[in-house]
Amino acid sequence: MIQRFIRTLVGAAVVAAFAGSAAAQDSKVADELAKYREALADGNPADLLEVKGAALWAEKRGPKNASLEQCDFGLGPGKLDGAYAQLPRYFKDTGKVMDVESRLVHCMVTLQGFKQEDVTKQWFSKPGTESDIEALVTFIGAKSNGMPINVPATHPEEKKMYQIGEYVFYRRSGPQDFSCAICHGQDGKRIRLQELGNLTTKEGAGTAMKTWPSYRVSQGAVWTMERRLIDCMRQARFPEPKYLSDSIIALQVYLQKNATGTVMETPGIKR
Amino acid sequence: MKKLMFAALCAALAQTALAQERTPSGKAVAKNPVSAEAEQVFRNSFRPDNPKYWMSRLEQDDAMKLCGQYKDNPPAAVRQKIELAQKATIRYPVDGKLMGKWQEGEKIAAHGRGGHIGFIQPDAPMTPRGGNCYACHQLAAKEVAYGTIGPSLHHFGKLRGNSDDIVKYAYDKIYNSNAFNACTNMPRFGLHNWLTPEEITHVVAFLMDPESPVNKD
Ligand code: HEC
Ligand code: HEC
Repeated sequence: MIQRFIRTLVGAAVVAAFAGSAAAQDSKVADELAKYREALADGNPADLLEVKGAALWAEKRGPKNASLEQCDFGLGPGKLDGAYAQLPRYFKDTGKVMDVESRLVHCMVTLQGFKQEDVTKQWFSKPGTESDIEALVTFIGAKSNGMPINVPATHPEEKKMYQIGEYVFYRRSGPQDFSCAICHGQDGKRIRLQELGNLTTKEGAGTAMKTWPSYRVSQGAVWTMERRLIDCMRQARFPEPKYLSDSIIALQVYLQKNATGTVMETPGIKR
Repeated sequence: MKKLMFAALCAALAQTALAQERTPSGKAVAKNPVSAEAEQVFRNSFRPDNPKYWMSRLEQDDAMKLCGQYKDNPPAAVRQKIELAQKATIRYPVDGKLMGKWQEGEKIAAHGRGGHIGFIQPDAPMTPRGGNCYACHQLAAKEVAYGTIGPSLHHFGKLRGNSDDIVKYAYDKIYNSNAFNACTNMPRFGLHNWLTPEEITHVVAFLMDPESPVNKD
């Protein structure tokens, strides 16, 4: 653990150095990033957050002074190994298809007694403000490392969410006629220098989905999948989606089903 | 009279479109069975404090709806219907000149910000909106950070020649890309007033002018 921590610190120094050069020379970014990924292969800054998430998971907190250890992500209370790779899924107790974030918040409310609006206030971190959700999702995600994504969407509610996700993926609107498919619907394309996978195929969706949550070098923070998708809605010039809203969950069903079979490698590290 | 005939033609085209749910590549596209519900879910997924004028960005015209329905690959008759309707939207600058200043066009092509909304990371309200052409196209050789969603436009004028027809085509294409290629990935810059007709003439000059860096090197 200590050794891993030191590696992470070294990683952070590389990040700082890298951030400076990236701003200066855009064209080198792709190259640099490849080298940088190698250097960090076993020292991702997200490791720190994972450790924090593990502590938060076990700590008694909230009005009910309870830990999250009885939270059920679909494989039974407290069973986390491989759970993330099988989300989103339908949950009988809520009658809803939920992703890792909506399920986690559900447990913070039901098990720990927090108010939803309080625990979701900091659903993502800002410089100087940490996010418990980010830490917990990083920890829960890592428990699926090495396991294949498996979201067959066979339950009727899951199937419907898949179809809704597909609808949203191709739905164009806004002053630039954007949909997800514009940027993510073809193989081997890039926007400026950023490579964009084809998220409609197993290969493209798999390459993308297996790495989330992911440490983003340009942001200096771990992003959850909700954060990623809500930011892509911003890039599409749409208004801002609600955190935990159904179209964000539906998109994840669509992407995870497309990615099914791909082995998870999380937390990832990205531009 | 002409209008009526046009409407009838459109209706006829739409009819054949409905009958023939096949794309040119021959792949059948079934209409998403949950689209009505999906539309509701989508609309209800935005923060209630988004101002109305932001939420209006979710409205769709016929072209947007049809492209979504056919996953950007509409059958020939629908394609034709969209292209006809989009051609009819194109407007020209009052002085009729379609070639502006390439130096201005170069700036517009490189500028990628503008129009981002939301509460997390919006653009400052008065941020000018750029064409962001480099996001998708190679243009001047010296800019290496170009995207590949669209084809390379390097040497566009040099290769096509700068006849009035090509100048008009470039203007029309930027004004309304869907007039030539229904459901293309390229935005309709003029239709949405993203770029003014005058700004489009500058971008046209950037593509066409023999002195423009697009046509050098
Ligand atoms: C205007 C372009 C654009 C639009 C529209 C867009 N995205 Fe993205 N998307 C990007 C960019 C740029 C990235 C980041 C690539 C990078 O940083 O390397 C990205 C990243 C992603 C990723 C992570 C990919 C990976 O390899 O880790 C996912 C998943 C994603 N987008 C899904 C979507 C969905 C779903 C939508 C529609 C709601 C959407 N995007 C709309 C540009 C866009
Ligand atoms: C989001 C992606 C995107 C952006 C931004 C974009 N384009 Fe395009 N463009 C495309 C695609 C894809 C094509 C090819 C399909 C087609 O013809 O519509 C294209 C085609 C073209 C063509 C026709 C090329 C030919 O050989 O006939 C021209 C001209 C053009 N774009 C100019 C521009 C200019 C100028 C801008 C900026 C003001 C721009 N584009 C911005 C995606 C884009």
